[in-house]
Amino acid sequence: MEALEQIKARVEAAVPAAKIEIVQNASPSQQHSLMIDNEHARDVAKWLRDDPALRLDFCSDVTGVDWLDRTLKKTIKVKKVVDGEEKEVTETTEEKIPGYIEAVYHLYSMTHKHGPVIIRMRTPDRGENSRLPSLMPIWRSAEFQEREIFDLYGVKFDGHPDLRRILMWDEFEDYPMRKDYREPDDYEYEPTPHDDVVEKAKRYYASRPQSDGAEGIVEGAKPA
Amino acid sequence: MSATVETLEAMERPPVSMGSRLEGELLEVSMGPQHPSTHGVFRMNVALEGEIVRKLKPVFGYLHRNHEKIGENTSYLGSMPYTDRLDYFCSMTNNWAYALSVEKLAGIEVPERAEYLRVILAELTRLQNHASLLGFLLNDMGAWGTPLMYAFREREKILDLFESLSGSRMMCDYMRFGGCRVDASPEWLDYAKKIVDRFPRFVDELEQLIVGNEVVIARTQNVGNVSAELAVSAGITGPMLRACGVNYDLRKVDGYGFYPRFKFRIPLGEHGDTYDRLMMRLLEMRESVGILRQAFEQLPSGPIINPKVKIRAFRPPVGEAYGRIEAPKGELGFYLISDGGPNPYRYRVRPPSFINLTILEDMCLGHTVADVMVILGSVDIVMGEVDR
Amino acid sequence: MIGTGILKGMAVTARNFVGSYFDKERLVTVQYPEERNPLPENYRNFPFLIYDGDDAHAGLRCVACKICEKECPPQCIYIVKSEDKKPDYMGKPQFYPKVFDIDVSVCMSCQICVEVCPFEAIKMDKDFELSTRERFDALLMRKDALAKSNDYYRRISPSDAREVDAKLAAAAEAAAKKKAAAPGAMPPAAAVPVASN
Repeated sequence: MEALEQIKARVEAAVPAAKIEIVQNASPSQQHSLMIDNEHARDVAKWLRDDPALRLDFCSDVTGVDWLDRTLKKTIKVKKVVDGEEKEVTETTEEKIPGYIEAVYHLYSMTHKHGPVIIRMRTPDRGENSRLPSLMPIWRSAEFQEREIFDLYGVKFDGHPDLRRILMWDEFEDYPMRKDYREPDDYEYEPTPHDDVVEKAKRYYASRPQSDGAEGIVEGAKPA
Repeated sequence: MSATVETLEAMERPPVSMGSRLEGELLEVSMGPQHPSTHGVFRMNVALEGEIVRKLKPVFGYLHRNHEKIGENTSYLGSMPYTDRLDYFCSMTNNWAYALSVEKLAGIEVPERAEYLRVILAELTRLQNHASLLGFLLNDMGAWGTPLMYAFREREKILDLFESLSGSRMMCDYMRFGGCRVDASPEWLDYAKKIVDRFPRFVDELEQLIVGNEVVIARTQNVGNVSAELAVSAGITGPMLRACGVNYDLRKVDGYGFYPRFKFRIPLGEHGDTYDRLMMRLLEMRESVGILRQAFEQLPSGPIINPKVKIRAFRPPVGEAYGRIEAPKGELGFYLISDGGPNPYRYRVRPPSFINLTILEDMCLGHTVADVMVILGSVDIVMGEVDR
Repeated sequence: MIGTGILKGMAVTARNFVGSYFDKERLVTVQYPEERNPLPENYRNFPFLIYDGDDAHAGLRCVACKICEKECPPQCIYIVKSEDKKPDYMGKPQFYPKVFDIDVSVCMSCQICVEVCPFEAIKMDKDFELSTRERFDALLMRKDALAKSNDYYRRISPSDAREVDAKLAAAAEAAAKKKAAAPGAMPPAAAVPVASN
């Protein structure tokens, strides 16, 4: 299979208005991905499926990933004039990246038996604008998986014929897999609470005794 | 919701000779979550016209345990026992898929003996999964438990093997990143070889019981046909895809885990109906026995785990990876995004049973209610995987 | 002739039925609880704590390091460290757990606590006949129910117990040698014996 840069070049030649970037993957798996803009995603996907050399007809996995607002600190070396001399100084810049939800598609080819080609789409923000074009008209396997992303992350897919909740019940509100999901305020008795669960537990019942009769054990005596 | 015959599309309407009798509404039946034949808590809302299915909408989520969110709050090693519980019939292959994804993410090498052990256990898992599937399918067709008990008899032998190796019959928690947890002693290998040598006799018996049986043929041939294009587009994998004639088996395509060293064939079907799916599993059982025999001969000695991998405080580098294997039910994949911490940032399971259910409606339209059970049985779902 | 397939299937069933009177392999029913299948040595059920010797408090190997509590995936272990110390098998004073609870309804027998324990203090039990008559209190196993002696461990897993004993004896020897070889060292302290009877 050809390299990702070649694929990118050919896609840009075929769908001229599309804006594609390569997202590097730092891990040893070397699975880099193409980020596609939302307007032309469907055209790009159709081209990827129909191109005779690639023929990516098998969409294996559709994943939703939630990214909150992040600040990236970068340290760069800059030449600055300090006390009349030019010196190299390290400066830290902060870059604020607003949050978004992205959908990652892993594409393989059953005819040519190669892959994966990974494409990503990002929503403009995590609020009312969290919409993405649905790639279900191109790959039928996205049907249930896009419904799952809608159910668990709250991303609406335009063009999906049957977008409703799939794993949670229909009257459920809020989106469980988001990073800022707050659990409902119901609580059951838990005999071995840990860390932050202990705080919640204290509100609902009296804190458990810290000893269980262990203070009654004398060294050398047989256990009861 | 009540649809009438007139609101259906022209191609969905019944033939004219029946139309004069049927002018009523469609009957909505919920083949509900509590059902002896739905392979777990699975619900199907079917709209029936007499006995013929006109619409079918599956409803899942009854076994949703939010495995993916738990994975984000648990360390990488701590998620390994949770993966056992995804497809609870085949815990070894679930473990292998997860270990493979983490090994891809962190670039960990696996020693030879460990890979051979993994192949042996995965093929044993495939044997017992296909055997119990055939038993369950025949049970759903009304065979009153006899083939099921024969299949379970063989399955018990394989589960005894798992128990003496890993400590537990079904929730084995056996694979680790960079190898396996426990070494297989020579006694265990002898015992396993004996069981594998006796297995083809069981497959012969099962074949004699099922394949020529007129009732099975009448109930499964030309029922639930799937065309190859629909299967590829819908992301179907596993024996269901190969029954449609598409030659795509991850053991040959990806060649993970030393599978290229073994000689085995891939059975392919022609019609894509239930009978082909049933035969796929029978033939795959025979191929698995062949792979097992070769693996037992070629098994080298050596370490079973990569000593450089830490058990506690395991932090893979920043990045992401998607690793997949050919589980008995289809392509099981894990997609992991790491941010350098001890817990994964995103942990996603690509469940084969969930995706294979995409075309359940297409397969069942126009068939009777009794066929729906047979078709569902041949898709081979396990709710632990569908709902995670 | 139609029906030959069904007749062949019936021959298989008949062979299995008649054969179950003669062939051990075809009769697989085990009349539990009168007969029991022997459990393999690797079989694991819930964890338990080990103490050396006869005293469940003085010989307890656990030093309340809380590693198992942290690594446990469903977080079913609850440990409270003691304020004082007691000597361990090498004579060094160590903390001990004042409270050590395992919520058995949550524990999934994954064995990760055994893998990460650096002191060989927690191992997997084999007892699965644990039914009780009450629902909630009996599902929390406290320290006195969990602490079992090393002899019990030797009985249920002989080869694992042998390895653990050898490892601990080697560590005790190495520590004693180091103490004796250090310049101006005190005579080696009387260590609590490890492999007592």
